[in-house]
Amino acid sequence: MLEKIPEQIKRLAVVIAIIIAAVIAIRFVILPSSLVDRQFHRRSTVEREVAKNIAFAGATVCGTCHVDQMAKKSKGYHKNVSCETCHGAAQTHIENPANKPPAPRGREFCVLCHAYDPSRPTGFPQINPVVHNPLKPCMTCHSPHDPVPPEAPRECSACHAQIANIKSASPHALIGCTTCHTAPAQHKINPRRVAPTKPETREFCAKCHGKEAKQKDAPKIDFSSHGERFLCWECHYPHLPERTATKR
Amino acid sequence: MNRELIERLAEHLNEVTGFIYPNEVEIHWSILVVVYPYITGLVAGAFILASLVQVFNVKEVQPTYRLALLTALAFLIIAPLPLLLHLGHPFRSYEIFLTPQLKSAMAMFGFVYLWYLMAVLLLELWFEYRKDLVVWSNEAIFPMNWIYRTLSFFSTDISERAVAFDHKAIKIITLIGIPSAFLLHGYVGFIFGSVKANPWWSSVLMPLVFLMSAIVSGIALVVFLYMVITPLRGEGVDMRCLDRITSFLFYAVIVDFTLEGLDFIHRLYQSEESIKILSRLVTDKLFISLWVIQIFLGMLVPLGIMIAVKSLRFNAELRRLFYFASVILIQLGIFATRWNVVIGGQLFSKSFRGLTTYKMEVVGIEGLIAALGLLIAPFIILAVFLKIFPASETAEAKEAVSS
Amino acid sequence: MIDRRKFLKKAIWFIPAAGLFRHFVKEGHAKPATEGYDPANHLYGMGIDIDKCIGCGRCVEACKTENNVPKEPFFTRTWVERYTIKKDNSVEVENIESRNGKVGDRSTESDVLRSFFVPKLCNQCEHPPCVQVCPVGATFSTEDGVVLVDSKRCIGCRYCIQACPYGARYLHPETRTADKCTFCYHRIVKGLLPACVEVCPTQARIFGDLKSMASRLVRFKRTKRIHVLKAHLNTEPKVYYGNLDGEVR
Repeated sequence: MLEKIPEQIKRLAVVIAIIIAAVIAIRFVILPSSLVDRQFHRRSTVEREVAKNIAFAGATVCGTCHVDQMAKKSKGYHKNVSCETCHGAAQTHIENPANKPPAPRGREFCVLCHAYDPSRPTGFPQINPVVHNPLKPCMTCHSPHDPVPPEAPRECSACHAQIANIKSASPHALIGCTTCHTAPAQHKINPRRVAPTKPETREFCAKCHGKEAKQKDAPKIDFSSHGERFLCWECHYPHLPERTATKR
Repeated sequence: MNRELIERLAEHLNEVTGFIYPNEVEIHWSILVVVYPYITGLVAGAFILASLVQVFNVKEVQPTYRLALLTALAFLIIAPLPLLLHLGHPFRSYEIFLTPQLKSAMAMFGFVYLWYLMAVLLLELWFEYRKDLVVWSNEAIFPMNWIYRTLSFFSTDISERAVAFDHKAIKIITLIGIPSAFLLHGYVGFIFGSVKANPWWSSVLMPLVFLMSAIVSGIALVVFLYMVITPLRGEGVDMRCLDRITSFLFYAVIVDFTLEGLDFIHRLYQSEESIKILSRLVTDKLFISLWVIQIFLGMLVPLGIMIAVKSLRFNAELRRLFYFASVILIQLGIFATRWNVVIGGQLFSKSFRGLTTYKMEVVGIEGLIAALGLLIAPFIILAVFLKIFPASETAEAKEAVSS
Repeated sequence: MIDRRKFLKKAIWFIPAAGLFRHFVKEGHAKPATEGYDPANHLYGMGIDIDKCIGCGRCVEACKTENNVPKEPFFTRTWVERYTIKKDNSVEVENIESRNGKVGDRSTESDVLRSFFVPKLCNQCEHPPCVQVCPVGATFSTEDGVVLVDSKRCIGCRYCIQACPYGARYLHPETRTADKCTFCYHRIVKGLLPACVEVCPTQARIFGDLKSMASRLVRFKRTKRIHVLKAHLNTEPKVYYGNLDGEVR
């Protein structure tokens, strides 16, 4: 039978057998499992990952030594701001208290959060750094650990700057916020818990915009037919009412 | 920190239009990743041409048979280099063999490549050349006679029976080789086509489009080489062979064009969310490489030429000129195809809101010069092969063609 | 000509040589991550409350400090996007980076319909496309739901970076391997919060254990309408956005 197999095939078979044997020997016999064991690779990756250096200590640890500052901070507006948000990574300070973390004392740091930005959610306290006590360090009037403003904000615009800006360029510019909104005193202290009111009836807007209203420069409409039963501000944005309503 | 990288990325950032995710500033797959599918495409295409002779018995194409195989081998040898050069850690590339992650299409590269190299190409070349190797080992002088003898694995039998067996073996290997060639290049198409994150790549047609353009470029390359090498050998170009091959090339280009056109029309018709940014990509960033080079110069002009040659009667010299022009344009077009897929897919943001640029380095491991070097190297290797293993027709082949 | 017998005699030395080689390359055995920590009891996720983010960029800077990410803007594990949707439905998006004093443009306020910040990071998907495409298995999901990268085995092919639909991955220029947010894995297994969550002044980022009975994240998922990014790609992200706008990609 062996004579029937052509000579070149016998030679080829030997070569192929040697190659396959070498591959099997290398892969399954010679190579150590540390090179091919996937579970081992994963475990050692997790080990390496977990052993990595920690830079931020976490707010809880700060309170174990800095009890007074923690107590002061825990009652004010910054109670949920972590110490390391302002003081930077402090793990090295935990390990060696002589390594003091920086304390930002200039204006450049506070404005990162508190400079006016129209994309910030409404109600977040913002100031225009150019006009708000220029050049004075923020700490002069606001203690960073309990940042109560020296006076209760007189204007709603302290926190609602975007709305105030828009309104100031609108036909309602001269109307004060409190004309339409009643803000209880608690709102300045606990803004999310106690909200100001919004007008709840069409008659409210009719006080200026109704046919019999005395306000001379306010555009007049017939409240019995205009806008069906909907509240005015469900279509019209009161902070920027349309100046040119196209007659349809 | 690599200063040069930072400077390059800062330049990229300046050229961004719209919004891109911050990590998208760096174009990750560079010209080397364009060169790789181009090269494996040539390998697959050249092999398919060779298979026409063996499996489909297209005897007129026989004069290019050995040339096609050697071309495939020369390009296949270079094929892993662009990948190695582009890896972050080329010396860890053995891991693809040791611990391949079996769900990854890229993991099959090592195995498909080795299978194709050893079990298809080298095996087929060995059977094709065995008889000649034995003959040459008797005629040549040291050291060539030893090289031939070792390569033939010290075989001595050149009887008719042995040679007939060789030919039968070749037929079987080619039969296995055709799907292997499809896999060798098709998996690259799947690598791109299966990325759901990228709407320019993600398409069912991607492996098919890659494969067809591979076949087109491979056949065109063999035509080019045949037309260049034969006069250098002092022989005349066999026009029957050339006409037949170009016929196949024509059909392949039609299929390729149809598939790409279908992909395009389908995208436009469905008009999914990504269509806006992709339209901007195609009209702003890829205008020249897609419309001018890939479609007009790379497909429409060669198609026009081949239709003209088929329908009008040109003499042999004119036909040779047209074929030569067509195959060069086709190579440019297919390279542009690869560029448009690989680079094009990275020029728009996955947020669909912005476009970036690719500034190709000139020097550097992933630069233009490296890419050109990798494209030229196979020709040098092929020249060496042709010197050692001449691809001229054997006496039997000449008989088969004339009968 | 080398005789077959001579060849085999020479080859036989190969076997003990190979054995010796193997002896000198160390076998590996790994210890568990931390004493007493069982990853099977945890599944980590993050919640993002869009209504609370003020775009201050503290999170981006803290992440770079904690995780040795290059300071340049081209490589980042987390970032914040600003969306501005105008009355004509056009959408402008920009990347805030670490917010070095840049503030928003006031000039076209009256054209703006909606404007907000969106923090982004690796979504630690349940069906991560990055894990699926890694050719050598260098990136993988841990049992507690975090996707990690083995930087000793990553070959830097960048397929995972292409496959991530969220742009969360980058190639670290120093290690030349893929890198991304790990939820500060080295912190969370020790009971700490990820650095970005730690420094967020408004608690816009909420980190939690989905397997825990009582966790801030579970409450977040109960009280908010939750969206994930690119849900149609079926990656099943574990970063849950509360009150996310439809224009966010």
